[in-house]
Amino acid sequence: MTMTTWQGIITILMAVLGTMLTRFLPFILFPESKEPPRLITYLGTVLPYAMTGLLVVYSLKGTQPLTGNHGIPEALAIIAIILLHLWKKNMLLSIAGGTAIYMALIQLVF
Amino acid sequence: MAPNTRHRRQAIAKAFTTALPRTLPVCISFFFLAMSYGVLMGTRGYSFLWPMCMSTFIYTGSMEFVTVDLLVSAFNPLAALMLAIMLGTRHLFYGISMLGRFTNMGAKKPYLIFSLCDETFAIDNGTTIPTTVDRGWFYLFVALLNQLSWVSGATLGGIIGGRITFSTTGLDFVMTAMFVVIFIDQWMTTTHKSHMAALTGIAIPTICLSILGPDNFMIPSLIAMLIMFIALRPYLEDLNTTTTPTNTDTTDSTDTPTTKENHTR
Repeated sequence: MTMTTWQGIITILMAVLGTMLTRFLPFILFPESKEPPRLITYLGTVLPYAMTGLLVVYSLKGTQPLTGNHGIPEALAIIAIILLHLWKKNMLLSIAGGTAIYMALIQLVF
Repeated sequence: MAPNTRHRRQAIAKAFTTALPRTLPVCISFFFLAMSYGVLMGTRGYSFLWPMCMSTFIYTGSMEFVTVDLLVSAFNPLAALMLAIMLGTRHLFYGISMLGRFTNMGAKKPYLIFSLCDETFAIDNGTTIPTTVDRGWFYLFVALLNQLSWVSGATLGGIIGGRITFSTTGLDFVMTAMFVVIFIDQWMTTTHKSHMAALTGIAIPTICLSILGPDNFMIPSLIAMLIMFIALRPYLEDLNTTTTPTNTDTTDSTDTPTTKENHTR
């Protein structure tokens, strides 16, 4: 079953509306002109650290530690990124190096 | 007003050259990932205008891929809306994290909020902007460069359609690599109280993921983190006074003089 063009456009508009609601809501609820509640200010200082960790886990959610290659390529590549980054402290080098190691591992080794 | 204009141009150029190397890994992977999405739309018989518009206006990768499936199923606008809100719950947390840093952004602000996807947030959040660089223009260039590569990839993919097949196996690991690097940078530049917040962000989603699986762990993770941080508040409350690595304040040199950023209390 495929939608008509207008049904497709409405579906896309709903996807836009839902996404934008989640992006704009904090800024609408807590505008610059008003002091946000202290709890929100507090969350605004701790969440930046936690969200980076969440994104790491989120981007690895497809990894299967119990089956297949057991997530070994991911683990090895992340160790390589950490070592590379502590050694050279170059963001581009760490990202490119880690990705190259990962691609080599899954295409050639595993 | 000539010296003023030159000064402004220099400030914009400097923000651009600061933003470009930070966004480059995202731009490259966005281009190819969006291309695979555009190709998917093309093979389903949609003209390139569809992936072009969807990547421009929905602009969150996960929801765009999901919408491809929605378009070939029964018409249910309310379900589409609910799905977009659920998939986008994490944006609420990005917004709260950026409330303080998106102050005094003027006309740029609506676009900065509109374009705050995972990767743009990660860069904005993880970069300590030098005091000599204009914050507003930096954030704008990060957002623009990322979205331009995403939309151009999706459009090109839609034009190519099923005519060319190519493999991006392993390329999406660029995102993981970038998030890990930003995590290390944040870790190295902060004290042990921030480490506790960072570890919470690793531990709780990992636990939720292992119990609930990849499709259902995000919203429970966000709620559990919220509860955890409220419980840890007496301990972490003074975090922003002991360390302020990401809240670098610069006096805006190009626009009208801005008031000192004050979002701490």
